[in-house]
Amino acid sequence: MEPKTPSRLEKIMAAGQLGVTSEVGPPRGADGAEIEHKGHLIKDYVDAVNVTDNQTSVVRLCSLASCIRLKQMGIDPVLQMTTRDRNRIAMQSDILGAASFGIHNMLCLTGDHQTFGDHPMSANVFDLDSVQLIQTVKMMRDEGKLLSGFEMKVRPQIFIGAAENPFAGPNVELRALRLGKKIAAGAEFIQTQCIYNIPKFKEWMKIAVDKGYAEKAYIMAGITPFKSLGMARYMKTKVPGMDVPDNLIDRLKGVPKEKQADEGIKMAIEMMQELKEVPGVRGFHIMAIEWEEKVPELVKGAGLYPRPQV
Amino acid sequence: MIKATPKPLEEIINYVKDFNKILVAGCDGCVTVCEAGGMKEAKVLGSALRLYFTQAGKDHEVVETTVTRQCDKEYLAELKDMVENADAVVSIACGCGIQYLTEMYNDKIVFPGVDTHFMGINADRGIFEERCAGCGQCVLASTGGICPIARCSKRMLNGPCGGSEAGKCEISKDTPCGWHLIYERLEKLGQVDRFTQPVDPKNWRTSRDGGPRVIIREDLRKAEPQHGSAHS
Ligand code: SF4
Ligand code: SF4
Repeated sequence: MEPKTPSRLEKIMAAGQLGVTSEVGPPRGADGAEIEHKGHLIKDYVDAVNVTDNQTSVVRLCSLASCIRLKQMGIDPVLQMTTRDRNRIAMQSDILGAASFGIHNMLCLTGDHQTFGDHPMSANVFDLDSVQLIQTVKMMRDEGKLLSGFEMKVRPQIFIGAAENPFAGPNVELRALRLGKKIAAGAEFIQTQCIYNIPKFKEWMKIAVDKGYAEKAYIMAGITPFKSLGMARYMKTKVPGMDVPDNLIDRLKGVPKEKQADEGIKMAIEMMQELKEVPGVRGFHIMAIEWEEKVPELVKGAGLYPRPQV
Repeated sequence: MIKATPKPLEEIINYVKDFNKILVAGCDGCVTVCEAGGMKEAKVLGSALRLYFTQAGKDHEVVETTVTRQCDKEYLAELKDMVENADAVVSIACGCGIQYLTEMYNDKIVFPGVDTHFMGINADRGIFEERCAGCGQCVLASTGGICPIARCSKRMLNGPCGGSEAGKCEISKDTPCGWHLIYERLEKLGQVDRFTQPVDPKNWRTSRDGGPRVIIREDLRKAEPQHGSAHS
């Protein structure tokens, strides 16, 4: 695949190298320095940095402003955008704003329902869903048009990403079809939900390869290391659409509490080593939630350091 | 039909406590079916108000009645004398009926006696479930007869989202995932390939987003007036 945008991530994966991304969760306050601090921790170990958009529906410093900060530090940001809080007017406007600052990657999401967050009483918007947001970005970039049909003089240059959860319902076949749908809508890279159930992920990947989806988009495997047994249990029981097999929980149970974090990192590295060999995997998306300082260790451990220069 | 539930008695008492002559006006339509605003509920509310006024030692006169439909002028007209005789009216029709009664008897104080929720079905005695959000442009033909607007918590047109698990919606284990249901139905119909084609953004103008809606059916306006029509 030839790169279509100035995105560094796109160039690296187009050159046949495994891409590496990670994410930064903005603070629940106006502390811009925290974003820069987190950016510094991972800067040299990843090709691009996602910034979450009010994840789990909790109000945080906005993704766009955080992306601009990262961009100004020389980091290639991935603007995450959910359709939960903004209608098509606001989203297109933010896309143009991002593009004006040279932000060249986006991850298009529907977003968690607001009942999970700190403002469960808020109205939900959902003017578009993730698939329609992908269509929108593609139309803006490739046709130079807004959804209204208005032709822009300057088009946004955006490498279009989407998420997919191989482990959600109703079954793995439908989840693969939906991946195909997102690619048909215009998604060029896919960051998956955190993978713990490797056999099931392989099943999903096999369908993606057989149906030709894996050739049309770069599929990046989602990795989240466990910080503790408590976190693993929480992920298993409380986070919708998360599939944590019992053997992983048992493995953490088998080590003393103070060693669980190290064990979690070890497990994540082993998983990355295994996933590197799965046909169709073109990169990794490391979501080290409030544990950004561990990203270098994971990237090195998986043999993905140093990052290619493009 | 429209589904409503009675407001808490304390809230209604708070509205009417400074009035003496109260008319409790029910409706024989939807709110009778969902047992929130029919004659039975009017009597229950009337008795409760009488008990309150008696215990509070206040003069009072509480009258209960219902009409065929509070969303039609002809039926509301039947209430003329009773409304005129009252100091305040508590309407236990749906939000439409309450407003139309207010509109017709504009110098009278009218209070809502129910909370109006949604358009839904009677799943079982005392269980009402939402089915349609009145989007004004029905897509059921392409979604296996299951509404993605009313039955998906994110009104997605390209579901299911990544939070769908074991047939349930991410918002609660008690809420079926609308898109899971759509998938099951389309699979039964052999139409799963629908899931590979992106569905374009919806035009929400026909929904509430376009502002207050009015339907003008010229064909009906030209036709002979029928009993119960608003144009006789
Ligand atoms: S698609 Fe629209 S009209 Fe049809 S059932 Fe759903 S909300 Fe009602
Ligand atoms: S879980 Fe199902 S019903 Fe709930 S928001 Fe996701 S797709 Fe919609």
